[in-house]
Amino acid sequence: MQKETNNLGSDPVVEGQHSYDEISRRISDITLVRKTHLMWFAGFGVMFLFVMLLCYAIAKLLFDGIGIWGVNIPVAWGFAIANFVWWIGIGHAGTLISAILLLMNQKWRTSINRFAEAMTLFAVACAGLFPLLHLGRPYYFYWLLPYPNTMVLWPQFRSPLVWDVFAVFTYLAVSVVFWYIGMIPDLATLRDRARSNFTFRIFGILSLGWRGSAEHWHHYERLYLILAGLATPLVVSVHTVVSFDFAVAIVPGWHSTIFPPYFVAGAIFSGFAMVLTLAIPIRAAFRLKDLITMHHLENMAKVLIATGLIILYSYLSEFFFAYYSGDRFERYIVLDRMFGGYAFMYWLLIACNIVAPQLLWFRRLRRNVGFLFVLSLLVNVGMWTERYVIVVTSLHHDFMPSAWGMYSGTWWDYATLAGTVGLFFALMFLFVRLLPVISMAEMRKLIAPPNAKKEEA
Amino acid sequence: MKTRNDTYLKDLPEGFLHRRDFLRLMGASIALAGLSGCGLRQPVEQIVPYVSGPEDRTEGAPLFYATATTHGGYALGTLVESHEFRPTKVEGNPLHPASLGASDIFSQASVLTLYDPDRSNNVLYQGQIDTYENFLIDLRRKRGNQQTKNGSGLRILTENITSPTLASQIEGLLKDFPAAGWHQYEPVNRDNERDGSMLAFGEAVETIYRFDQADVILLLDADPFADGPGRVRYARDFSKKRRVRKGIDSGMNRLYAVESSPTVTGSMADHRLAVRSADIEGLAGRLLLELTGNSSLPTSAPETKISEFIGLVGRDLIRNRGSSLVIAGRSQPASVHAIAHSLNALLGNVGNTVIYTEPVLANTVNNVESLRSLVADINAGKVEMLAIVGGNPAYDAPSDFFFSESLSNVAWTSHLSLYEDETSARCSWHIPLAHELESWGDARCFDGTASIIQPLIAPLYDGRSPHEFLAAFTENYVATGYEIVRGYWKTQNQDANSNNARDTNSKTDRSSKLPDSRANSAKAADGFEEGWQASLRNGLVANTAFQTKTVSVKADLWGQYLPPPAADPGSIEINFRPDPSIYDGRYSNNAWLQELPKPLTKLTWDNAVLMSPNLALQLGVNQEVGSTGGSHGTSIVEIVELKFDGKTVRAPVFAVRGHADESVTIHLGYGRTNAGEAGSGPGFNAYALRSSGAMWSASGLEITKTGETFSLACTQAHHSMEGRELVRHASLKEYKRDPTFAKREADDPAKQISLYPGWTYEGHAWAMSIDTSICNGCSACVVACQAENNIPVVGKEEVLRAREMHWIRVDTYFEDNAENSRTLHQPVPCQHCENAPCEIVCPVGATTHSAEGLNEMTYNRCVGTRYCSNNCPYKVRRFNFFGYADLETPVAQLQRNPQVTTRSRGVMEKCTYCVQRIQYAKINAETEGRELLDGEIVTACQQACPTEAIVFGDKNDKSSRVAKLKAEPTDYGLLADLNTRPRTTYLATIKNPNEDAQKE
Amino acid sequence: MGNEHRFFGPSANEIMRLCIIFAFLALVGGCWALIEIFGSSYITRQHIVQPQPMPFSHKHHVGEEGIDCRYCHTSVERSASAGMPETQTCINCHSQIYTTDPVLEPVRASFISGNPIQWTRVHNLPGYVYFDHSIHLSKGVGCATCHGRVDQMNLTEQAAPLTMEWCLKCHRDPELQIRPRDEVFNMEYKQPKDQPRLGADLVTSYHVKDRQALTNCSTCHR
Repeated sequence: MQKETNNLGSDPVVEGQHSYDEISRRISDITLVRKTHLMWFAGFGVMFLFVMLLCYAIAKLLFDGIGIWGVNIPVAWGFAIANFVWWIGIGHAGTLISAILLLMNQKWRTSINRFAEAMTLFAVACAGLFPLLHLGRPYYFYWLLPYPNTMVLWPQFRSPLVWDVFAVFTYLAVSVVFWYIGMIPDLATLRDRARSNFTFRIFGILSLGWRGSAEHWHHYERLYLILAGLATPLVVSVHTVVSFDFAVAIVPGWHSTIFPPYFVAGAIFSGFAMVLTLAIPIRAAFRLKDLITMHHLENMAKVLIATGLIILYSYLSEFFFAYYSGDRFERYIVLDRMFGGYAFMYWLLIACNIVAPQLLWFRRLRRNVGFLFVLSLLVNVGMWTERYVIVVTSLHHDFMPSAWGMYSGTWWDYATLAGTVGLFFALMFLFVRLLPVISMAEMRKLIAPPNAKKEEA
Repeated sequence: MKTRNDTYLKDLPEGFLHRRDFLRLMGASIALAGLSGCGLRQPVEQIVPYVSGPEDRTEGAPLFYATATTHGGYALGTLVESHEFRPTKVEGNPLHPASLGASDIFSQASVLTLYDPDRSNNVLYQGQIDTYENFLIDLRRKRGNQQTKNGSGLRILTENITSPTLASQIEGLLKDFPAAGWHQYEPVNRDNERDGSMLAFGEAVETIYRFDQADVILLLDADPFADGPGRVRYARDFSKKRRVRKGIDSGMNRLYAVESSPTVTGSMADHRLAVRSADIEGLAGRLLLELTGNSSLPTSAPETKISEFIGLVGRDLIRNRGSSLVIAGRSQPASVHAIAHSLNALLGNVGNTVIYTEPVLANTVNNVESLRSLVADINAGKVEMLAIVGGNPAYDAPSDFFFSESLSNVAWTSHLSLYEDETSARCSWHIPLAHELESWGDARCFDGTASIIQPLIAPLYDGRSPHEFLAAFTENYVATGYEIVRGYWKTQNQDANSNNARDTNSKTDRSSKLPDSRANSAKAADGFEEGWQASLRNGLVANTAFQTKTVSVKADLWGQYLPPPAADPGSIEINFRPDPSIYDGRYSNNAWLQELPKPLTKLTWDNAVLMSPNLALQLGVNQEVGSTGGSHGTSIVEIVELKFDGKTVRAPVFAVRGHADESVTIHLGYGRTNAGEAGSGPGFNAYALRSSGAMWSASGLEITKTGETFSLACTQAHHSMEGRELVRHASLKEYKRDPTFAKREADDPAKQISLYPGWTYEGHAWAMSIDTSICNGCSACVVACQAENNIPVVGKEEVLRAREMHWIRVDTYFEDNAENSRTLHQPVPCQHCENAPCEIVCPVGATTHSAEGLNEMTYNRCVGTRYCSNNCPYKVRRFNFFGYADLETPVAQLQRNPQVTTRSRGVMEKCTYCVQRIQYAKINAETEGRELLDGEIVTACQQACPTEAIVFGDKNDKSSRVAKLKAEPTDYGLLADLNTRPRTTYLATIKNPNEDAQKE
Repeated sequence: MGNEHRFFGPSANEIMRLCIIFAFLALVGGCWALIEIFGSSYITRQHIVQPQPMPFSHKHHVGEEGIDCRYCHTSVERSASAGMPETQTCINCHSQIYTTDPVLEPVRASFISGNPIQWTRVHNLPGYVYFDHSIHLSKGVGCATCHGRVDQMNLTEQAAPLTMEWCLKCHRDPELQIRPRDEVFNMEYKQPKDQPRLGADLVTSYHVKDRQALTNCSTCHR
């Protein structure tokens, strides 16, 4: 068998010699055969505790009201919205990798798309909590949905929050379908390799009677491409709509046309950072270094630089327009961010999002797994800080000096954030344990000998 | 009215079911209900009609009764709104000279005190619950032995009273007990006014000012618009000569203020000089000498700011002989008052801007001396029976009297008061006092006009009025307040005739004290009855204003007079002042007043050591504003220790611009221990430092840092406009040069392009105009709004989190950063933008625009995204972060305005232009088939405003007041360059500085 | 593998398809049911007779005796509230007629003891809805338009659903409902054939506000 080389770099997409059987075995054994490692239980246990914390925080919130959070007048949005935007952003990488890279025929996506998609789902799930929880009367959330009612009232469609509802729901739905459809052949593999009746039946039902016949493959390939096509615009749409929450408002620091591209770039930026954060431990833990190679990590690092630069550009353009528009409120906010009450947060985000990624220009650092891991964490922190700065600083000193105020999260704000992080990783732990982390079907295709590929085509 | 269960939540065992838990449960149950949809089903309710209802009542329509509220003894005529015979709102009485339809924070808030569940609702004997009957029995016995010795052991201690009935009752009592004594004490008293007029005229007189006649006014530490009997009327009169309108060139008045600590009135000044109170006499004295000696005033370059000021004022006063006015404040010593009298006499103001009458107080005595003699008698063991009618001397007496200690030396003490306060706790008998809205009474206002105080509701807590309490000391001890008051006025009535007796007898049971006193207009219409009915209807007794009295300043009063030299700059001066919102502590438990941002400082729920930023810097205790730019909500300040003649108090420091250096001010009324849920606890007790020798100010204060910090709840900490032209202002001269100085091209809607076609408003277009020139920041509008719109209080903790709920706020800015910069006030309600940013962002359409241009807030549709508040540039929207409205205390529900929804947890709320009043007036006009009249709809803030700074109306009606005001050249919209097209616009502030002044 | 056939028979796919279809139907049906319930008389209490302290019959008093609505509901033309009759009002007649009728015992008891009669509210709008009787009457909305033929009700019930949808029907097109003022209290009043035209005339002559103004939130909510 020959090596499949990739058009991006000299490195192989996968290293070493592999046979179909070996691929299938190595990946499916993680689910079916291997003993669950003690570390898994430890990690999952900790994350589960955080999920419990989340439940407690939510119960407290429904019981006592939104007042347990730090929000006030003028800063009526705080952690909740920052978290929402952050999580949605993280969710982006999944769709991007699986849809866009698929359409661009980027082979290297194969090793990472499966858990990237899973990550997307879990991130969107976490994100979805916040718009609900931050309502003063969450039990009336359904008033944001258009449904026939005895008040003959509809949602107010001029409000970006209504657009949000549609955008996020669509994104979640399509992502789920895409992820599941993509998994069907692998589920069938798991079914066929099942050791016990139980696993056999579960995977049997989930694989929807997949038999791998040519007809199945024919339908499958077509559907997968169509879904990819459907998912692609969502990558742009979701965060564009989310950015409208801010861009549509007149608040200085929000009211800016740069926001949609800026937010999309930021989303991909944080998304890839999170993929790195997950990929590095996974490939170590499950000895998949030869399937998720240095090459993958390096490519993702490159994406980080690229999107990081777009973000830098957005920052610069914000300053420029604040200066150039001559709008005294915009100007004030820019200065206030740099030197005002939240200066620390601002410079922290600059350090994490702009300065740190520049180190990736050095090849050695790009290929240093430890560094990449730390950097990905920094970027995650930086992106959250950025959301926080956007939401809070713009509000706390807006138009009326008499109403100026400060905002800081309460214990419950932090608990809720930590809780969703816990939820995210808990779900991730379950995923890597119960489902194939890498697409076996696509892997087989990837390593297939050229002649086999010809037949397929 | 059942009252025991009003407080059932408090009676529950510790940790059983307290307010917070209750709200939790409610929140949870609402949540469940909402989720399961069952919340949409209306609960089954009862309808309970009358068995036989009162006459001329229309179900669901409010009635208004004319009565009066008193403050420091003096009356303010009021009209009280009553829904199904529950007083819900106090308004000013347009016919009453002290009110002219306006009101103040104290009268507005009085309705909350009426329903206060913390009010005393039992007679107490030695702290145990007892009955009024037992009190009477005990009293008869004690009274018996007093009769044997003409009451030589009986003393009566009252506050300052103007009530003719009460006065005559006491006189009657003193006739029965010739040896008994009547003492008066109020911590915030008018001793200096009295002694001043004694000094100047040799007799006590009432001084009444005619601000509408005055062109140049000099205040010597005086605050006539916020403090003192005429405050509401004076503010109105002053504003008459303060308005600058196109075409009308009535001379604008000019206000000079010399004061130690910033006051509401001082904030209106064109020239303000901050000096220590101790230096004010020197200033006034020099001014007097310069005006008397010869009018050769220092033309040479003035050496100090004081003499510069003297020169400036002196020339101006002389230029305006007969139309100038000099006023000394209650905190200034008698000599300064005498100087003021002399200056007014000298300037020929007497008869024009100043008139003198007989004292309005029933008996003018020096309060401090009166109390001193009482304490002396007690300590000499002469006092066996002490009846304390109102007041709280155990808390607010001068500390060197040790009054509360000496109380224990009296065998029999009884205290009549609204609360079981510090004094009640030390008296053998405590009798609950009936609130003014639940009892008959009478009182005089600043010019002597008497009003009958009529009850709107039977006593909620079984209270007794002072009249009934004092009657208990006489033979006719079961007399009701109604009998007593009516009886007194009958004796005043010349043609009283025999059949009056029948009327009084028919009115002896308590239940008949319901306010339908109009009911007995059917009674024999003799002269008295007509007069009585007229007084009740009009809220004042005709022709009871006092006649002008001619008095002349004693000759050679100033023969040897030399103004005192400037006080030693080294030592720091301490000033005691009544608190702007809770006064001397009598309103401690009124949560509306506690949470009202105090004018100028914007502090709530606390008092503090006010000092100039310079002094704070000197002591190293200036609070950190720095990078946060001053936070609305929490102000973290330092705690210092005040040491003053041997006594020490720890208190937080708060730096305020415009305070005199080397001088601090502390407000009375805080640090209560027996005030109630709201009043006990907050602040520190300034009375601990106050002694008979230093009632108002004294030097020799020592301040030491403790290093500890304290969080003050302050609703506005940033007083610079950051160059944003929020309050546009100019001097009269600049205005004359360019009347349109406040206009900006960017504000013009025509200049602002839009993709959408414009919307034209046919029919009514509701709008508001606020004149910042005449707003003095008194904040009556804030409390009025709170009362009208069921706005909850949130408590200090929540104010610290910047979550106060007031729908209208008064922003205070300074013109510039100069030390003696002028103050600018700006009331900010919802601006009702025609292009409202809040509306387009609400996902459920809970805030919408009405055909008449109202920015509507529909609470029941709100899901609480708070997006609207973020997008509101004026930050006038308020959010129920918790369930702030008290929905479980039954008595609290009675005060609510039934025309306004009480908001639940998690919904946004804001000013609605009093839409309930708009609807009410519209429906009335429609059912009567007529057009709405201009001025028929009056918003709560507008109605309360003493200066008529707020005008509401239909701007499409070109003849309406509001339309005319909006046509003024000085009209501008707040942040109008955002193209919000606010319906609330402002008239720019115009000050009238003296052009000789060096400054600017 | 053998066990495959044991568990997944030939019909496995069909079963799965059915499951999917059923799940879908269940979802749609559930939503539909919820919507229906909110409009149902369980929620609105339409046509549900509330228990009352005594069986007061509008049919008898209005229909048979022909007593005018305003005799008992005195403030209906002057105030937001129509006004509930005092016990005194009942006694005015019932001190003369049916003076011993056991059915009327609660009335006499109330009058003697002075304790009011506690009726159960039949038309119960939420607290945040501010309905005003006087304005509706003066604009020609008949009693029967909302309250139905009370003159035919032995026991009073809520004739209309009183949902916002129902209110808006009239607030959007008043000309379809209103009648001449002098017909307001007429229970038998029948809408004429040319109601739209008559209604339009009345709308103008009574100065009924336009649809825009009548459907502002603040018209009913404060």
